[in-house]
Amino acid sequence: MRFRHAKLVLLAALGLSLLVSLAADRIDPYVLFVLYNIGIYIILAVSLNLINGYTGQFSLGHAGFMAVGGYTAAVITNQFGALNPFASGVLFFGALLAGGLLAAVVGLLVGLPTLRLKGDYLAIVTLGFGEIIRVIFQNMDLVGGARGLSVMHGYTNFFWTYGMVAVTVYVVLTLVHSTYGRGFIAVRDDEIAAEAMGINTTKYKVTAFVVGAFFAGIAGGLYAHSTQFLTPGGFNFMQSIAIVVMVILGGMGNTPGVILAAILLTLLPEGLRWVAGVEHLPGIAKMHPLGWIGDTRMIIYSLLLIVLMLTRPQGLFTWRRKIAEAAP
Amino acid sequence: MTAVEQVQNVLLKVEKVTIRFGGLTAVSNLDLQIGGNELVGLIGPNGAGKTTVFNLITGVYQPAEGEILFDGRSVVGSKPYRITARGIARTFQNIRLFSSLTVFDNVRTVFHLHLRGDIRHALWRGRAFHDEEESIAGRVMELLEIFHLEKLRDAPAKSLSYGDQRRLEIVRALAAQPKLLLLDEPAAGMNANEKTDLMRLIQFIKDRFKISVLLVEHDMQVVMGICERIVVLDYGVKIAEGKPDEVRRDPKVIQAYLGD
Repeated sequence: MRFRHAKLVLLAALGLSLLVSLAADRIDPYVLFVLYNIGIYIILAVSLNLINGYTGQFSLGHAGFMAVGGYTAAVITNQFGALNPFASGVLFFGALLAGGLLAAVVGLLVGLPTLRLKGDYLAIVTLGFGEIIRVIFQNMDLVGGARGLSVMHGYTNFFWTYGMVAVTVYVVLTLVHSTYGRGFIAVRDDEIAAEAMGINTTKYKVTAFVVGAFFAGIAGGLYAHSTQFLTPGGFNFMQSIAIVVMVILGGMGNTPGVILAAILLTLLPEGLRWVAGVEHLPGIAKMHPLGWIGDTRMIIYSLLLIVLMLTRPQGLFTWRRKIAEAAP
Repeated sequence: MTAVEQVQNVLLKVEKVTIRFGGLTAVSNLDLQIGGNELVGLIGPNGAGKTTVFNLITGVYQPAEGEILFDGRSVVGSKPYRITARGIARTFQNIRLFSSLTVFDNVRTVFHLHLRGDIRHALWRGRAFHDEEESIAGRVMELLEIFHLEKLRDAPAKSLSYGDQRRLEIVRALAAQPKLLLLDEPAAGMNANEKTDLMRLIQFIKDRFKISVLLVEHDMQVVMGICERIVVLDYGVKIAEGKPDEVRRDPKVIQAYLGD
């Protein structure tokens, strides 16, 4: 696969998201909100897949980079009042980019000292860094501290969300599907051999980390302008774990699988909410035949995860690898 | 030590190299030279320090004392990947392929050393990128064909047989276009027939690619069969050096291998 027409596909995807975006006022706002969430989680999962899946560096700090991007973009757009659509588009794009770049810088600062660690040790250290970032925001009065930060403008729309999804997928896939990019997988498969074959393993690991952090920052900016309210608690390590679960469930280093997993795991809690129907009205919930699901929604979600992991440890959407292993 | 003086156009020069691990001196005051297009064997009983010498040359370990010159410049203090880029490639005693990558990709990955484009080319996917990828694919297939691995090009490396994996590891090292190839016990785990094939293969590589080979081997039969010069290590000290026949008769070597 050399993706000869990669750029055309990217342009088509951007055009398509623009078209859908123009018709977005016909879509139910709740559905639209869920669609944004799906897009945001696809960006998060696909970018984390570059670090955890392709390069094999188990990072648990993705929510931290998301927070950096989210707060940065929100602070920037909050400086401006209502603007005309074009100006607000430019502003939002700039804010997203700034959030991504700052997240990438933080990723570089975190990555340089930590990426000499391996496996569990790296996981623990990145978890620690993610928490440090969250605690910094919690104690920063400029962004409301623990009270949270209101984001004045709901700039996130279908075009920005899925345009960024397209860009993320494009970057990760074109990067990995090149002679240069095979180095990421070589580092994952055998770091010592990779180094002996002339691969600057540190540079590859840091590159994966920085690119991954950049897109996590972009996702954070989209999230901020979709929910329009940020709290540091929203970026705790449970959030990081949710993204890691998507990568593992989709299959490490399997981008289409990870996209499907992100869709599925974002829809699942929403779908259960749908079944429960009336979870926010306790009196009615008791009368509703499926009302009990409302309270146990997250338990069902967790149980499903356990079942999925037990039955398909190689990833829900990984078929090819299984065949490869079956060969003599 | 007449053999040492005979080395022509020295490619690798190890001078008085010593390395210690805690109280143990793994390699002591070692001198070793390899000439251009020369096949040198490094032998010795278990634990003699053969693999340690490899790790010193390739930059995995740093010598406590001494100097290692490759092509006239020191490699001491260089990172392993830089030493590979300068022209020393190796294989491993326990095979270390990129197991989930295909045979083709295992070799292709190494070609990034010769890439003109970088990460931006991969992202932009312009004509330059596609042209370069195509030429790399051609060169990879050429190498695979030489070693009769072309039919396995799309098989994951881990699915190959033991012998094919060994061969692929050598092909992968050759993709780095080295001037010096280090083979770490390539005959380990092979039967007599496979060993004969391997000897032929090593000889072929030396002649076809015009490179120098340093062969670490436990197996006397393989080393005696193909090496032009042999260096014998015991407890980290060089105890003999010379042509296979000279080394074979050396009482110190016999004693090291057979005991008192």
